[in-house]
Amino acid sequence: MTPTITAALDPDAPVIELTAARKTYLTGDIEFEALRGIDCQIYPGEYVAIVGPSGSGKSTLMNILGCLDVLTSGSYVLAGEDVSHMNEDALASARNRRIGFVFQQFHLLPSLTAVGNVELPLVYAGVAPGERRERALAALDRVGLADKARNHPGQLSGGQQQRVAIARALVTEPAIVLADEPTGNLDSRSTADVLGMLDDLHGEGATIVLITHEGDVAARAQTVYNVTDGQFVGEGMGIAK
Amino acid sequence: MRSLLTMLGIVVGIASVVLTVGLGLGTQKDVSDQIASLGSDLLIVSPGSSTDDSGMRGGFGSAETLTLSDADALASDVAVPDAVGVAAEKTADLSLEYGESNWTTTVTGTSTSWTDVRSRELMYGDFFTEDDESSAAHVIVLGSETATELFGSTAVVGQDVTIDGDTFEIVGVLAEAGSSGDTSLDDIAVVPMNTMVETLDDSGNSESVQTIYIKAASSDVLSAASQEAQTLLLNMHGISSVDDADFTIDVQDSLIDAATSVYEQLTILLTGIAALALLVGGIGVMNIMLVSVTERTREIGLRKALGAAPATIRNQFLIEAMILGLSGGAIGVIIGVGLALALPSVLGSTIVISGLALIVSVVVAVGIGAVFGVYPAARAAKLAPIDALRDQ
Ligand SMILES: Nc1ncnc2c1ncn2[C@@H]1O[C@H](COP(=O)(O)OP(=O)(O)O)[C@@H](O)[C@H]1O
Ligand SMILES: [Mg+2]
Repeated sequence: MTPTITAALDPDAPVIELTAARKTYLTGDIEFEALRGIDCQIYPGEYVAIVGPSGSGKSTLMNILGCLDVLTSGSYVLAGEDVSHMNEDALASARNRRIGFVFQQFHLLPSLTAVGNVELPLVYAGVAPGERRERALAALDRVGLADKARNHPGQLSGGQQQRVAIARALVTEPAIVLADEPTGNLDSRSTADVLGMLDDLHGEGATIVLITHEGDVAARAQTVYNVTDGQFVGEGMGIAK
Repeated sequence: MRSLLTMLGIVVGIASVVLTVGLGLGTQKDVSDQIASLGSDLLIVSPGSSTDDSGMRGGFGSAETLTLSDADALASDVAVPDAVGVAAEKTADLSLEYGESNWTTTVTGTSTSWTDVRSRELMYGDFFTEDDESSAAHVIVLGSETATELFGSTAVVGQDVTIDGDTFEIVGVLAEAGSSGDTSLDDIAVVPMNTMVETLDDSGNSESVQTIYIKAASSDVLSAASQEAQTLLLNMHGISSVDDADFTIDVQDSLIDAATSVYEQLTILLTGIAALALLVGGIGVMNIMLVSVTERTREIGLRKALGAAPATIRNQFLIEAMILGLSGGAIGVIIGVGLALALPSVLGSTIVISGLALIVSVVVAVGIGAVFGVYPAARAAKLAPIDALRDQ
C-alpha cells in the first residue's frame, strides 16, 4: 500500500554528493562567502539534521540541496545527476522529480483546497488529472488528513497545514525530503506531531534532511552536521547518535 | 474589484470599437441611402462629345445629336438589360402666368417614367398619365418653389397656368428635393413629352432632346448599363469608334466622392479614439499584472520550487492577462451594443451592429491582454525561486 519512496535509486550510491561546495553572494561590490567548501554524502534512507547558529549558512545549503540555487564552485550530484551547472528549466525538472520541500512558513496556496495544494507538484510533472487526485488523496491519507481534503488552508490549524505540506512533499515520491525549520512556526504539541511524522517516514525508508537550530529536534536524526561560518565543523563529520 | 477598475480601459476601448465600427457602417449606410436618393444608379446621357473642345456642346448644330428615338431604343430591355428606367428631357425656359403674377422657369417635357428615374415624389396630386402623354394633354406638374412663386402656396392642384397663351391644368406638385450644384430641383415645371413637342417647343427640331437619364437596376451594374447604352447609341448613330462619339455618358461621381470622403474622415477619427482607449486599456492590464506579479511573488516562488518551469509560470500569467482582456472585452461589447441601441434615438445617426465586428472586438481585447501581459509574465518567469520564496 505504501509507495516506496526511494524507488529506482541505487541503495549503495549516495543520493546527495557535495564536493568542495562554495557559494559566494554578491551584494553590490561586497562579496560574501556563505558556503566555504563543504563535502558531504547522504545515502538513501538516511535521516540527517543540519544544525548551526543563525547566519551560519544553513538555508544557503538547503537552497543548494533543493536545486533552488546553484553553487559558485564545486560540484553537486543529486541521485546520480550532476546539477551543479544546470539551467533554470533543468533545475525546475530536478526539483519536481527529486525533491520534496517542507518550509517553515508552510507555503500553501490559500486559494486551493488541501488536496489541490498536494496535487500541485503532480500538475508540473504532467500527471493526468484523475491519477493526480488519486495520488494526492493517498498522500493526505498518509499524513492522517484524508477527511480534510476539501478544506482550505485557512480552515486548518498550523500543525494540520504543515502536515498538508508534508503530503505535498511526499506525493511525487522524491529522492529526498528537505525540511527547513519545519517546526519553527508550531506549538509544542504540533511540533511533536510533525516530528513524529518525519520519524514514521524515515521508518518507511525516506531520505530526510532536516535543518534546524534546535538541539532536541536534531536529536531525532541519525546523523547531525554542525555548520559554522559556511563550513562543517569537525571536518564535516556527522555526529553519530 | 480592482481588476474591474483595470478592465475599465479595455471596456471603454472595446465599447468604442463597437461604436466606431457601428457608426462607420451606419454612416456608410446613410451615405449610400443618400446617394441612392440622389441617383448614384443614374446615368446622364448628353449630346456632344466630351473630347470636343470646340465649345459646341449644349449649343446648336452638332449638339442636337440625341433624339426621341434614341430614348425609345435605350428603353428596350434587350439592348440595355441593366437599365430599369429611361427618361428623356426636352427643356425650354418659359414664362408661366397666373392672374397678375408670372414666373420664368425651366419647362421639361418627359415621359411618365420620370418620377421613378429621377427619384422624385409628389406632394399633392398625381404625375401625368400615359393617356395625357399620348393625347398631348395640357397638364402640368409644378415644383414646390415654382408653385410658391406663382401662387404663394403649394396647394394648387386643379388651378390653371398659362404658357404662351395656352392654358395648362396643374395635376400635381412635386415634393421638395433640394438642389443639385447651384440649380434648384424645386424650381421646375414638367409636362408630357408630346405636349412639349406639339405645343411649347419652338426650337425647330422637334426630335432632339437635351438629356436622357438612364436608371440602372443597381449601383453595381451602373458601369455595365453605361457600356450597353454606349454600344447602342454608337450603333444608332452609325459611329464605329468611341473617340468619335457625338454624345457623353456621365455618372454622378462627384456626389459619391464627396460623401465617401466625409465617411473616411469620420472613420479615421473614430478609429483613433478607439486605438487610444485600447492603448490605455492595455497599459491598465500591464499595470495590474505587474502589481499581481509583485503581490504573488511568494506564490511564484513556491510554484517554481514545486517544479514549475519559467515557461509554465509565463504562460500562467499570460493566460490571466488574456482572461482580463476577455472579461473587459465582453463587458465592453455589452456596453457598446447597449450604447449602439440607445444612441441613434439621441443622435439621430444610424449605428449598425455587425456580428463580425463584435467577434473581432473580443479577439482584439484578448490580443491586447496577451500583448500587454507579455512583460509582466516575463517578469514573473524570471523571478529567482529563492528570492521569491524569501519575499514577505
Ligand atoms: N541572497 C543573499 N545575498 C547576500 N547574502 C546572503 C544571501 N542569502 C544569505 N546571505 C548571507 O549568507 C549568510 C548565511 O545565510 P543563511 O544561509 O540564510 O543562514 P542561516 O539559514 O544559517 O541563518 C548570512 O550572513 C546571510 O546574510
Ligand atoms: Mg535560515
